[in-house]
Amino acid sequence: MRSILRTDPIARDVTALCAAAAVVGLSFGAIASAGGVPLAQIMVMNAFVYAGGAQFLAVGLAGAGATAVAIIAAGLLLNARHLPFGLAIGNEVLGASRWGRLLGSHLMTDESVAFALAQEDPGRRRRAYWMTGIALFLTWNVSAAAGAVVGSALGDPDTLGIDAAFPAALLALTLPSLKDRPSTLVALGGAALALVSTPWLPAGLPVLVALLALVLGRRSS
Amino acid sequence: MSWIAIIALALGTYAFRFAGPVLRDRISVSEGIRRYLTLSAVALLAALIATAALLDGTHFVGVARPAGVLVGAVLAWRKAPFVVVVVAAALTAALLRVAGVE
Repeated sequence: MRSILRTDPIARDVTALCAAAAVVGLSFGAIASAGGVPLAQIMVMNAFVYAGGAQFLAVGLAGAGATAVAIIAAGLLLNARHLPFGLAIGNEVLGASRWGRLLGSHLMTDESVAFALAQEDPGRRRRAYWMTGIALFLTWNVSAAAGAVVGSALGDPDTLGIDAAFPAALLALTLPSLKDRPSTLVALGGAALALVSTPWLPAGLPVLVALLALVLGRRSS
Repeated sequence: MSWIAIIALALGTYAFRFAGPVLRDRISVSEGIRRYLTLSAVALLAALIATAALLDGTHFVGVARPAGVLVGAVLAWRKAPFVVVVVAAALTAALLRVAGVE
């Protein structure tokens, strides 16, 4: 294990991400359990919804007395970004086999996509996607279940600065993709559109509005 | 929470995840389209980064988190190892909070 971590930069980076994800998972389990969600439901959500943001949102809405329809609509709006993510990475990253596609698409998260896009060649892209996907899936399921059992004894993960770790991690993974002027403009435009539209739109939509920034991606020459 | 909500959320999310790669197989991807598909992931990630770094819901999140992300950003730009970026961002935000800066 130690030697893998020393020789394989992807494994080392994924380990760092998993450490942060474990803290978020623990806190999700604790919050959901404190909100009265049974352990069985928490574990099914972890395994089959497997999307931290949507899970926090669903538990928060349920605690506020929202209807099932409202929870489903809000969660799906937040998760709609996976469709363009999948279009971007394609089966080249998931692999050729049918099982690879069926299982691999379930492992699609912001982090696994960002890790894949940060790699140069197709082989490394596929390896980064799968390593991130499997490691994060296991981390999320174990830590969120543990958090539900241990409860709120853990305290607020913000105390550890985990809330700053995730955007910083995604940023580090996205920087290599900003290799020319159009891609930098698209990134800045997308960020600006999402920030400006957030007060006016339901959660999830501002991130999709960012796709309008693609008009800035035209090659100048 | 209702089981219906959990099951529908799981199925719908999986449909979004599965549809992207399948659709990409169905359309003819020229080099130009391929480039725009990658750019759309960049736009989405940038939007996620910006909103997660600066906002809590619809409000400005305070100083500690953006400061942590900024330290991480500078380190990433200077090509520091990924682990260093992540730890430095968390540590900066955590220390600021210890110092009473939210």
